[in-house]
Amino acid sequence: MSGFDDSLLNEADETVRVRFVVNGRKVACEVAPRETLVDCLRDKLELTGTHAGCEMGACGACLVQLDGRAVHSCLIFAVQADGATIDTIEGLSELGAIADLQAEFHRRNALQCGFCTPGMLVNAHELLSQTAQPSREEIRDALSGNYCRCTGYEAIVDAIDAVASERMKAGGAGGGVT
Amino acid sequence: MKARAFSYFRAATIDHALDAHARAGDDARFIAGGQSLVPALSLRLQAPRLLIDITHIDELRGVRREGGHLRIGALTRHCEMLSEPLIAEFAPLLHAAAPFVAHPAIRNRGTLGGSVALADPASEFPAMILALDAEIEITGPSGRRRVKADDFFIDLFETALQPGELITAIYVPLFRADQRFAFDELARRRGDYALVGCGMLATFAGERIHDIRISYLSVGNTPTRVRGTEATLIGSRLDAERIAAAQAALEGDLAPPESDEVPPAMRLHLARVLLGRLLGRLGEGA
Ligand SMILES: Cc1cc2nc3c(=O)[nH]c(=O)nc-3n(C[C@H](O)[C@H](O)[C@H](O)COP(=O)(O)OP(=O)(O)OC[C@H]3O[C@@H](n4cnc5c(N)ncnc54)[C@H](O)[C@@H]3O)c2cc1C
Ligand code: FES
Ligand code: FES
Repeated sequence: MSGFDDSLLNEADETVRVRFVVNGRKVACEVAPRETLVDCLRDKLELTGTHAGCEMGACGACLVQLDGRAVHSCLIFAVQADGATIDTIEGLSELGAIADLQAEFHRRNALQCGFCTPGMLVNAHELLSQTAQPSREEIRDALSGNYCRCTGYEAIVDAIDAVASERMKAGGAGGGVT
Repeated sequence: MKARAFSYFRAATIDHALDAHARAGDDARFIAGGQSLVPALSLRLQAPRLLIDITHIDELRGVRREGGHLRIGALTRHCEMLSEPLIAEFAPLLHAAAPFVAHPAIRNRGTLGGSVALADPASEFPAMILALDAEIEITGPSGRRRVKADDFFIDLFETALQPGELITAIYVPLFRADQRFAFDELARRRGDYALVGCGMLATFAGERIHDIRISYLSVGNTPTRVRGTEATLIGSRLDAERIAAAQAALEGDLAPPESDEVPPAMRLHLARVLLGRLLGRLGEGA
């Protein structure tokens, strides 16, 4: 038994229907197989909080959560994510899951133009949900794939470090974040 | 840039994936984590007609003991090298190398099978499975076979894998109480490809080395074992004199290529520095 339909080979330009749960809502859209997830999120679903920078996996501006883990949405085609649960910066903001991180970034001037910020926040969120109190070294290591071209990293590391401490004080790893 | 148009097929079984590849011929590529393939497609370094997604094939998943080996499914993600207890216990060298592979989000998707299939000489895992004397399980249209890592890496991005064949698992001999391992690399920035990296696995008889395999990344066209250097260490204790002798022997084993970034002499120097550090750690029982 073969699972392969030969007509597929002639359908490269045709769109296919994909379904995701994005930020808690079921959505469906039509994509060409070569459309990356970041393009699908921005152009089809109008979720422009996820930024596209290098589109090569190098800058980290496009990070989203896919089935609960941070991934580069420029390094996955939307068709591959069919059936997946995706949380973008919009969803994480609405949930309040990163409200303390956002407030601390603001307070410490850890953002200027904001281009890198969604990716930084998604990455920081992932780090703190796995390691309750990372060292500054560990924070830097986790952010090593995120470029910021205006603020400099010191304020960003400070902000994440401060939130980790606050959450620890408030009692408990992850501080109610899922 | 954007990838050229292609068709997409999500394979549910190994047979489906092999069958699809056979029908599309040279124009098909398997996609696992996509962390190397997607950039290559975006740059149009590759432009296949068909992408065969293998990430939904359950048979390619899982880590388990099988006789004297740990069988690590091809789809095991880099992040699982850090979180999977069986790997920490029975393949600790892979566990030790994993934090040096790219960045956390890339490790969330990249797979061991993809890394070994790509065989980038600057990648950590291909070099480490060579140090581990691992075997690569390959499944293709004509059946299944196991190839020793020593015979798998042939030249730059060239392996024993034939077009249309899948890596289905990596078999790593179980780590034993009489063994020690060490890994380290020198990179300009954490997560970047290393200027030089090295990992080793040694079997001890008391304080003497009974057997050792030392493998480098980023020093040539393939992951590179340094057999002459290994030979200087067999039967000896790891004192300062012996480590210096091993460092001297390295010159006979390595001929780093010319590159704009790092002159061969500098790479060789860095390789010696790493060797000294790692043998020092082995000597301390690390
Ligand atoms: C910014 C960045 C930094 C990186 N830094 C590093 C680093 O420091 N060290 C490092 O090692 N890697 C690094 N990588 C590469 C990354 O680790 C990839 O995960 C890995 O090299 C390939 O694995 P993959 O599963 O993503 O494979 P894919 O990209 O899906 O595939 C790679 C190739 O292997 C083939 N393939 C995949 N799986 C199989 C299989 N089971 N059988 C047969 N063929 C298969 C594909 O057809 C393709 O040709 C980096 C990547 C990026 C984007
Ligand atoms: S846009 Fe994805 S990493 Fe730069
Ligand atoms: S705030 Fe502008 S790139 Fe980081």
